[in-house]
Amino acid sequence: MTALEGVIAVIGLALITILTRGFFLIPERELPLPAWLQQGLRYAPLAALVAVVAPEVVMTQGRLISTWMDARLPAVLAATAYFYWRRGILGTILVGTAALLALKLAFGW
Amino acid sequence: MSRIRVVSNLLKPRSLDPFVPTHGARSALGRTIRRMSVSDAAPQALWRHPEFARGAREMTGTALGIGAWGLLTGVAMAKSGLPLPLAAFMSLIVFAGSAQLAALPLLAGGAPLWVVWATALCVNLRFVIFSAGWRRYFSDLPRARRLRMAYFAADLNYVLFMRRFPDQRPVPEAVPYFWGGVVLNWTAWQVPSMIGLFVGDRIPSEWGLGFAGTLALLALTYSLLHDRSTWIAAAVAGAAAVAAYALPLKLNILVAIAAAVAIGLLIDHTTTRPVDPEEDLT
Repeated sequence: MTALEGVIAVIGLALITILTRGFFLIPERELPLPAWLQQGLRYAPLAALVAVVAPEVVMTQGRLISTWMDARLPAVLAATAYFYWRRGILGTILVGTAALLALKLAFGW
Repeated sequence: MSRIRVVSNLLKPRSLDPFVPTHGARSALGRTIRRMSVSDAAPQALWRHPEFARGAREMTGTALGIGAWGLLTGVAMAKSGLPLPLAAFMSLIVFAGSAQLAALPLLAGGAPLWVVWATALCVNLRFVIFSAGWRRYFSDLPRARRLRMAYFAADLNYVLFMRRFPDQRPVPEAVPYFWGGVVLNWTAWQVPSMIGLFVGDRIPSEWGLGFAGTLALLALTYSLLHDRSTWIAAAVAGAAAVAAYALPLKLNILVAIAAAVAIGLLIDHTTTRPVDPEEDLT
């Protein structure tokens, strides 16, 4: 790959970022999106989040985890408890990460 | 550096057109009158608007998780074998972490350009769905501005924005709130990405940094769960994402979105509840 090819590839990727993020913002006219779809879209952000989180918590290398001795499960429990106690996102990250590190260091989970 | 200048340019008052809510008023005359009445008011710098601060503030909680992910993405890019200047260029202008990570091995392995681009396109498909949501708020802005905003609109911007403005109608606060969140998210992502790129493998992977990003999303997920239908939709999305995990190109995310939207609509239509006239905008 020459330097020029690399630059072209990267510029193309940047254009893809704009094209996908702005896809339905490109036309000037109002889009005839069906009403049910507009309504259903309110579930999209939630679903996208869960779709990233769930495999990260319960899967290892493409398979469901088969042991309870996985530091991620107690870490998620601790983070969840903190969230419903205090509702802070920053604190949730810190508590969960601390639990994860403690279990890894103490038990090698 | 140039990217930073671009961002600061966007924040100058010069670029602030008055936000014109022409929703429902389609005549040119009505549009002109609205435009005049809005521009009569003293133009307020976008970044001084209280909603700008709010947008940034509501992003701070997740910024730590974003930063951890940015750092890891930078490290991965440094280790990919791509020349460092090209990797830095990529991180700064592509600004889409998962697409970058998917494109990296292909680029480094000398795959044809169309394969690299098609891969990034598939990984980014969820943004196409999100863009239909953005349209409800920004369709009255000029196209160039819409696309400039779209470029910076990452996943978490969408999530936080929709939590802040759930009513699906354009309001004047939307634009400053959007930019506040975008500036914080962009910085929280790009600065650690650059650090990761240049310090590379000096960051040990067993620190569990990636999990910090997952926890940030987990907390954000909880903040969106407020009734039975959102809980069920979330459970269905999680199950679908795990079940479809073997699909290539992160298409399991699309499957999960489709499943959650379907089950959400099903619940909404089978549950009888008083119709809120304000809600029926269609």
